[in-house]
Amino acid sequence: MPEIRISQAQFQPEQRPTDAPAPVAPAVSPEAAGVRSFLLGRGNSAAADRGFSWLMKLCALSIFGIVVLIAAELVWGSRLTWNKFGFSFFSWPAGFTFESVVKSILDPSAPQPNYWDPVNGVFSALPFLYGTLITSFLALLMAVPLAIGVAVFLTEMCPQTLRGPLAFISELLAAIPSVIYGLWAMFVLVPLMREHLNPWLIKGLGWTGFFGDDNPTGLGFLSAGIILAIMILPIISSLTREVMTAVPHSQREAALALGATRWEMIRMAVLRNARIGIVGAIILGLGRALGETMAVTMVIGNSMEIRRSLLSNGNTMASVIANQFSEASDNLHLSALVEIGLALFIVTIIVNAIAQLLVWAVTRGAPARVQ
Amino acid sequence: MRNEHNLRARFRSATDSAATGLAVLSTILVIAPLVAIFVYLIYKGASSLTPSFFTQIPKPPGENGGGMANAIAGSAILLAVGSLMGVPLGIGGGIFLAEFGRGTKLANAVRFTADVLNGVPSIVMGIAVYALVVVPQKHFSAFSGGVALGIMMIPTICRTTEEMLLMVPHAVREAALALGVPNWRSVLSITVKTASPGIITGCMLAFARVAGETAPLIFTALGNQFWSANLNEPIAALPLQIWVYAMSPYDEWHRLAWAGSLVLIVLIVAAVSLVRYVTSRGVLKGAS
Repeated sequence: MPEIRISQAQFQPEQRPTDAPAPVAPAVSPEAAGVRSFLLGRGNSAAADRGFSWLMKLCALSIFGIVVLIAAELVWGSRLTWNKFGFSFFSWPAGFTFESVVKSILDPSAPQPNYWDPVNGVFSALPFLYGTLITSFLALLMAVPLAIGVAVFLTEMCPQTLRGPLAFISELLAAIPSVIYGLWAMFVLVPLMREHLNPWLIKGLGWTGFFGDDNPTGLGFLSAGIILAIMILPIISSLTREVMTAVPHSQREAALALGATRWEMIRMAVLRNARIGIVGAIILGLGRALGETMAVTMVIGNSMEIRRSLLSNGNTMASVIANQFSEASDNLHLSALVEIGLALFIVTIIVNAIAQLLVWAVTRGAPARVQ
Repeated sequence: MRNEHNLRARFRSATDSAATGLAVLSTILVIAPLVAIFVYLIYKGASSLTPSFFTQIPKPPGENGGGMANAIAGSAILLAVGSLMGVPLGIGGGIFLAEFGRGTKLANAVRFTADVLNGVPSIVMGIAVYALVVVPQKHFSAFSGGVALGIMMIPTICRTTEEMLLMVPHAVREAALALGVPNWRSVLSITVKTASPGIITGCMLAFARVAGETAPLIFTALGNQFWSANLNEPIAALPLQIWVYAMSPYDEWHRLAWAGSLVLIVLIVAAVSLVRYVTSRGVLKGAS
């Protein structure tokens, strides 16, 4: 075997005194010099790299800028009503007491305070807060059990061949625009409620006081709640599916190895481990329900009253903005609507932030799939 | 003891079957409205999809016929204006999140803010754009509608671009850098180009989502009964027109609303299906 001798010339350790000049590149062939000058001429410099990365950073920072801009415009636009009413914008109008308001809600024949009166400059957002809360609560009540049921079916019980098409259909549900839901609700759901469901509810559950018979239109909180439930179902179910698949298989196998039936395995291993994420999914659905405008505007009946009956007409914060914003001629009226928008903005940001944090905690920072 | 065990076992398997039944039932209850909506849309709208629907503007109430051609064209114009604003900012943000800021706190904050912005109600965006663009200009315009739609596109495009860029294997980037390609060029010509089918489908997803939005357009673009391509004038948009017609008392306009909804939903379903098809094929397969 020939001896491999490394000559002194080949092996040159880096030993130069610190004040010696930096090493220049060794002499190169003409082709390599041509390539190097080509590369240098095409922006191969630190400045170009830095400039590009700054440009991309600017694009990313624009998202912050947009949120700040929206918040600033909302605060600036609502200053008139803020100066005039302050926090009492969100409570009953002056001249009424808490008792009289409660009486007006519980007793269908008691007179309602004039909450929203653009002509006289009286603005109180209480009916819209009530409407938003009631419709969102009804929607969650109906949507959460169904969504979890669908998620459990699709992740654990569904045969493999059906899984793809059913997941695709669920994704389609999320993609349908809100106006189309509203259109369908107006022409199919509302007559259904009017003719069949409402009389049945009044007859069977009217004694509770929550199903009054003074609204024969079929519009109202319950109709809005039903269509909202249909709209937030896909969000809750797809996010629940995601957190359920994030549970490691070892948990499932451990439960089955201990002799659990399939439902017991799902309950103990999957749902228990994923419950934080499921709560996050529910809160995300709530966030969507709070801000939903078009479908709710079309079926909620547009009334400025607070009534105990779930079948009565009302308004939500989003629907009153949609209905009145283009016709508001008075500056105070416009400012009142913008303040409702600001309240909606703050509430949905808080709700969505909580939901994102919960979901992130379960899926550990992997980018959440955008709906 | 044995009877007790049998009883307990039967109870457990009974709950298992009941749970399965409930899960199947809830799936049926969820699929049923979707099927009902589609079937009803086709039933009500298909007969109105004549060529005149796609070429004529709406007639005054009381006259039969007319179409929604100005609304379809208006939606396309609004999407174009919005994408001029939303696509560059969104893709730039996505590139920052995936290439330059990966793992930094700033990137986490940007991602979080993008998700939060995604959840802001579209009507609130409409109010902000009204205050920002319509009030200084002192008139409603297609430009303000486009700005509102563009802002809504940014978070979606940003997140999907980041996801697609993260899927590009490191070897591709390193090969480019090893050949002496500058970093900015490697990102643009190599990484982004490799992920471009995914990025384009992300943009399509954003378009599909934004095309159906009505609320921000109510007081920015306002709607228009006539042809308009002027960015400084109010413009019709398909979902906006559907809303106005649905709330009107005229049967003829209701018929047009159903037909318009059918067109809108066919477009959106086509876009979503295309997105699913392309992403299921994988990011790299379509890149060559």
